[in-house]
Amino acid sequence: MSDTNQRIAEIVGSNDVVLFMKGTPLFPQCGFSSRAVAILDHCGVAYESVDVLQDMEVRQGIKAFSDWPTIPQLYVKGEFLGGSDIMMEMYEAGELQALLDEKAVARAE
Amino acid sequence: MAAADITAMITAALPGAEVELRDLAGDDDHWAATVTAPQFAGLSRVAQHKLVYDALGGRMGGVLHALQLVTRVPN
Repeated sequence: MSDTNQRIAEIVGSNDVVLFMKGTPLFPQCGFSSRAVAILDHCGVAYESVDVLQDMEVRQGIKAFSDWPTIPQLYVKGEFLGGSDIMMEMYEAGELQALLDEKAVARAE
Repeated sequence: MAAADITAMITAALPGAEVELRDLAGDDDHWAATVTAPQFAGLSRVAQHKLVYDALGGRMGGVLHALQLVTRVPN
């Protein structure tokens, strides 16, 4: 396992909900990342975000880690859930909220 | 990428798939696609999306910057 892979695994493993995104929740730098942030905010969960624009290794490494070509990427309890399209589809179907409840992730303060 | 190219690549990899494309910005670069394919049956959403990304042969996230994707199994 490469160092980058190891680092990503540690980030994903040590936070219940992690969003790898372009920019920050306050200042998203891409429409898809902005949409992902909005969905998580609507769900009212606490989450860690990683700005891949600040880290080229993670920006490339995360795509190999999940075998997924785009950013944002959402992880819940260590599991890759999908990008913003899947998040939106799950949110609209009520599945995302149900899954976050089921996994008992911490709520946003 | 032109709509015809996107559709051709997806249907080549997923025979029988139906591809609906909407040009979001009028620039041939920002697309919304709904792909309905029998091959999606029984797969998770992540696996369904991966089939489409694989069909596009690594262009996703590169040449093809923005593709909003919805996948469906035919009724």
